Amino acid sequence: MLPDRHGRYGRYGGRFVPETLMPALLELEEAYRRISRTLEFRQELSWYLKDYVGRPTPLYFARHLTAELGGPQVYIKREDLAHTGAHKINNTLGQGLLARRMGKTRLIAETGAGQHGVATATVAALLGLSCDIYMGAEDIRRQRLNVIRMRLLGAKVVPVDSGSRTLKDAMNDAIRDWVTNVRHTHYVLGSVGGPHPYPMIVRDFQAVIGREARAQLRRRTGKVPQCLVACVGGGSNAMGLFHAFRDDPVRFVGVEAAGHGVHTHHHSATLVAGTVGVLHGAFSYLLQDPWGNIQEAHSLAPGLDYPGVGPEHAWFKDQGRAEYVAVTDTEALEGFSLLSRTEGILPALESAHAIAYLKRLAPGYTAADIVIVNLSGRGDKDVDAVAEAMEVSGDAH
Amino acid sequence: MTRIDRVFKQLKAKGEKALIPFITAGDPDLGATRALALEMAARGADILELGVPFSDPLADGPTIQAASLRAMQGGVHLEDVLNLAGELRAQTQIPLILMGYYNPMLQYGLERTAAKAAANGVDGFIIPDLPPEEAGPWRAAAAKANLATIFLAAPTSGAERIRTLGRLTKGFLYYVSVTGITGARTELPPDLAASLREVRSLIKCPLAVGFGISTPEQVAGLAPYVDGVVVGSAIVQRVARLRGQELIKAVGDFIAALKAPLRTQ
Repeated sequence: MLPDRHGRYGRYGGRFVPETLMPALLELEEAYRRISRTLEFRQELSWYLKDYVGRPTPLYFARHLTAELGGPQVYIKREDLAHTGAHKINNTLGQGLLARRMGKTRLIAETGAGQHGVATATVAALLGLSCDIYMGAEDIRRQRLNVIRMRLLGAKVVPVDSGSRTLKDAMNDAIRDWVTNVRHTHYVLGSVGGPHPYPMIVRDFQAVIGREARAQLRRRTGKVPQCLVACVGGGSNAMGLFHAFRDDPVRFVGVEAAGHGVHTHHHSATLVAGTVGVLHGAFSYLLQDPWGNIQEAHSLAPGLDYPGVGPEHAWFKDQGRAEYVAVTDTEALEGFSLLSRTEGILPALESAHAIAYLKRLAPGYTAADIVIVNLSGRGDKDVDAVAEAMEVSGDAH
Repeated sequence: MTRIDRVFKQLKAKGEKALIPFITAGDPDLGATRALALEMAARGADILELGVPFSDPLADGPTIQAASLRAMQGGVHLEDVLNLAGELRAQTQIPLILMGYYNPMLQYGLERTAAKAAANGVDGFIIPDLPPEEAGPWRAAAAKANLATIFLAAPTSGAERIRTLGRLTKGFLYYVSVTGITGARTELPPDLAASLREVRSLIKCPLAVGFGISTPEQVAGLAPYVDGVVVGSAIVQRVARLRGQELIKAVGDFIAALKAPLRTQ
């Protein structure tokens, strides 16, 4: 199974980091391979996932959405019901438990939508570790609710004012912090990107999503699905859903953010419209100008607002194992409404991209087919942004 | 023998140590960089390091991040820096090292970068996000063009990696003084001298130290343990503050002050 011993997925991945971090990455890889295999660690993680996170999350048959779409049976993997309201906790819990066993006393993380920041702050509180979260100043403005949650959990939220003041810049500053404090600090990277071994570790901790979904559907229907759909920013919830199905004859669709449209300069569709290069320690697809400078991404969904993507997705794309598509901000808002009104579930704006794509996907399937869509997070954090975009009033009249 | 090797050899014969100043190319514009480079060469610099602007300089602190941004706002990119090197080479024989992140070189083409750099009189590259594990393709391109690839070693590296880095590096090994990013610091780690002594015992090539070094006093304190000292952010701070002749003179005087303790070992 990939990655190879150089942390490569085909030609993608690797460890393009300052020398200061190389020993830390080697130490992390060694510790992960040693500790994560032990029965003791696996039992501890399972216990927390069950009693603290509330796993397994339901695989919900969305009857009304299915009727509305008029195509395949749509099942929704309810990661929005995991503690803290998104799939991010699966990874932060795993990395937190690992960091504690490695003797680290401090966690840092980057966050875009704030979900990964909240999940990291939560685990830091749970395990008694100190915690600093780097967040772009623009995202702090857009995701005020999550900023407050992180502060209530005892984390320090560090505003990042450089560049586009979003996720990419938060990640730069998190890496700079890690370079400076690497001896006692563990960097809880939130997606399947960054230098090896992070894409592998995050995938492995998120793979619980697909393992559960596969078993749940099999128990219920005796079948494997025809298709899996998930949104892709860095790609952790998609990889988490896909991975357990990688040897099954199942179609994988990753939905990126087209923002104002992939033909404009305002999108985050890295796999659909990007080119290959090195960003944040990995060789993968990214958004860049002809001179190799990284371009600013755009999406209404802060968690997708990132100009890079995990290297295993790049590998899946080149291999044809997964297909990657993009939906615009406007379509995502329609997806948000669709799920809210048909099923009574407010999806995160990120997940709303996956929901939105179902409309395009549905005509290709019949009622005998099954599609699983990953509802990676809940939408409470987005209500202000959505209300503004849809001109929904919160006033008395 | 390359220009870098020759400089270390000549300085050693004289009992001197190398002063290696860094500025970001194109900050505030290419003309200023050219004038500053020539002034630094005239006032005591032994090797020049020119930074290639990049959008996401994740090994750099706020000073060099801001310099990179100023240069990028002027539209300066890798090819401009390579052309600038050619202009400088026509006027000075001082060794020129480009310090830049990997992606711009990758996009320009590794072989193309190396060939053009060599043709324009560049002597070597420092690539802060390219550890030896990932450096194979670049080292091949650089070797073909007879360019030095200078590796960084860090306080976290440990003896085994430092030995390897010392074997792979060309010209000199660049030891990062602090566990951290670039930027002037008022205090350097108390155990730095001991660390440098240990690094020295593990490698055969010349040793330079950089990151955080900002005063002649700090340079004087480190000189006995190394063959060269890199000063970056402290110069870039002056570039950010001053303009025109005032800038040239201030940087020139600063270079002279930094070099003085390196002449008298």
